[in-house]
This record gives sequence, C-alpha cells and structure tokens, in this order.
Amino acid sequence: MADAGIAVSQKEEAGTLTRADLADVVHAKLGLSRAESATLVERILFHMCHSLSEGENVKISGFGSFILRDKGERIGRNPKTGVEVPIAPRRVMTFRASQIMRDKIAG
Amino acid sequence: MIRSELVQKICHDFPDLTQREVEGVVSALFDSITDQLAEGGRVELRGFGAFSTRQRDARVGRNPRTGEPVDVAAKRVPYFKPGKEMRERLNLGASANDD
Repeated sequence: MADAGIAVSQKEEAGTLTRADLADVVHAKLGLSRAESATLVERILFHMCHSLSEGENVKISGFGSFILRDKGERIGRNPKTGVEVPIAPRRVMTFRASQIMRDKIAG
Repeated sequence: MIRSELVQKICHDFPDLTQREVEGVVSALFDSITDQLAEGGRVELRGFGAFSTRQRDARVGRNPRTGEPVDVAAKRVPYFKPGKEMRERLNLGASANDD
C-alpha cells in the first residue's frame, strides 16, 4: 500500500494542464498574442462542444473520438434512502482514445 | 465533425492564419494533451471535461478465436469525464433528439 502511495504521488508530479497551458502552446507555435492564443483554444472547444450538442460525433484522427450515446429510461435508486426513482432517457458522451494515444499512455 | 472540418472552422475564425498554421497548431494542442497524459498528468478543461488516466491490473485474457489464455500486462489507459456543463448541453430539449 505504501508503495502504491509513492507511485501515485510520483504520477501526480506532472500536474494538471489547463486552458492557460494550451494557450501557451498556441503562443509558442504561432506567436499570436496571449489573448488571441486563448481565443483560438476557446474556439476549438466551442466548435467541438457545438457539434456534440447538435448530436454530431467528433473524431480527431490520431487523438480519439467523442461519441454520443442515447440511454433509455431506467429505474435508479437513491443510495442513501433506498427510494426508487426513474432516471429519464438521456444522451451521454464517451471518449474513445485512438490506438496511438493508448500506446503512448500504456508506457 | 472530423479533424479537417475543425481545421476549416478555425481557418474561418482566424482569416489571418494559413491552413498550414492552423493544422500545425491543432496537432500541437491535441499532442500536448496526449503527452501530458503519457507523463501521468491530467488535463482539465472547465465546461468541456477532464482527461486523466487509470491503472489497469494485469489479467489473463483469452484469444477470442482459439479460446487460449493470454497474459495481459498491467497498463495505464486514457479516461475522459465530461464536464457538468457539457453533460447538460447534450440534453437541451429539441436538439437532443431530432436528427
């Protein structure tokens, strides 16, 4: 268990990448201003969100696919009270990583 | 939408950039997400979702054709959790079911 804990903390050293870091990537690559770089990152996310919210899957070759799935209604249960509640049909989004990404991450 | 369509849309948003520049920057962005995950980190994009990795233990799999057992090594796999805002947007009335 102690070993696992150490492994986890080493893994966490890489930290979390955010929009700001992605904007830095754009800034370094194209030399756009910080503000424009941030806008470009935002526009990419906007177009991805937009397609998905219109019911369209998004496939980025070499990276992966964001796939929409429609779930039927089912009976759920409040885990605290045990009361059964119907869960309405809904659309969910899943990500399927490309083989290239899987290979890089499997290590 | 596929990658090339995304590139077209960004070209339209940024008329001063060449298609080549946009292709380069789109690749660089997705690559930096992959690299971050490969280094064991996470990527959090508020409103969209978060990418992380999960550990899978070694297991004994089976060749589906021959039924022969094969050892599958432990590995890390990519994982994506959609953000709350995104999950809600997917279910906004009309556009959720009409196509």
